[in-house]
Amino acid sequence: MKSLAELQAIRDRAKAQLDLRRENPNAARVLVGMATCGIAAGARPVLNAFTEEIAKRGLTKDVTVTQTGCIGICQYEPVVEIEIPGEEKVTYVKVAPEMVPRIVSDHLVHHQVVSEYTIGAIK
Amino acid sequence: MRELSLNVMDVAQNSVRAQASLVRIDVSESDREDNLTIAISDNGCGMTDEQVQQVIDPFFTTRTTRKVGLGVPLFKLSAEQTGGSFDIKSKVGEGTVTTASYVKSSVDMTPLGDINDTVKILIQCNPDIDFVFTHSTDLGSFALDTRELREVLEGVSLDTPDVLAWIAQFLEENTQNIYGGAEN
Ligand SMILES: Nc1ncnc2c1ncn2[C@@H]1O[C@H](COP(=O)(O)OP(=O)(O)O)[C@@H](O)[C@H]1O
Ligand code: FES
Ligand SMILES: [Mg+2]
Repeated sequence: MKSLAELQAIRDRAKAQLDLRRENPNAARVLVGMATCGIAAGARPVLNAFTEEIAKRGLTKDVTVTQTGCIGICQYEPVVEIEIPGEEKVTYVKVAPEMVPRIVSDHLVHHQVVSEYTIGAIK
Repeated sequence: MRELSLNVMDVAQNSVRAQASLVRIDVSESDREDNLTIAISDNGCGMTDEQVQQVIDPFFTTRTTRKVGLGVPLFKLSAEQTGGSFDIKSKVGEGTVTTASYVKSSVDMTPLGDINDTVKILIQCNPDIDFVFTHSTDLGSFALDTRELREVLEGVSLDTPDVLAWIAQFLEENTQNIYGGAEN
């Protein structure tokens, strides 16, 4: 069984590594649209895919993954917005978990927008 | 929604938007009583009786001053289509309790689905809000209270990946217990 002692060990490790991720002002943000329509269209597995891919690539200090509300484009859900400080916000539409590794690698790591997944490519 | 856990995620976000500092999610299941009840409670801004009425039945009102949300009506429908019941109790300045009760054996029952994933994501996305999650079956019950975790964590954020992994495993192990060791 998971114990609080284990949680204490995690705490001590996080403190030792100065895990100040949440205060990192340069962190990129992945915002997954999680209004009713987004959730119904499959936003939850997309959010999990981002979280896993970012952890796998050791980017957890540089990228935060979070939910956002209604983006106002139901027909394109699941919608994901990516904000990198100093760069233009990019909106990906009809995102599926299979698309996530490429978005992380191309966009978040190499700063190359995956244009064919963006709203511009679909409209 | 394919899973009730998705309705829960949707409705719990209403609590987040209502500026709640504490959100409770209580799931109680009983095969003996052929019932599943989900209650989502918050200490957010609350609603007037008139607002509650509009939110529950957005098409009933002729007023068009606000855009129609579907989160609450879908949750209500999911319960009522099983022969169950739905209720919102709210008080301005105090908070809101949304309760959906299901007849488990109904052919129109939606599976609960991955409720633990919903809880984990709510914590991950709202690390400054406290969540209490309880789940009970005929075999037992357990609780996760982020206020207790916070005491241990001494300022380390709840959305630290290792902390979230601990939470996910805690939920999984305890869920297996109350489902009698078998997969749900
Ligand atoms: N727990 C709550 N506390 C305060 N207001 C709420 C709560 N739940 C719902 N509401 C109000 O009811 C509205 C409708 O909710 P909902 O049906 O989920 O649609 P949406 O979230 O898309 O607006 C919300 O926008 C909010 O104003
Ligand atoms: S309700 Fe669909 S994007 Fe807002
Ligand atoms: Mg809602």
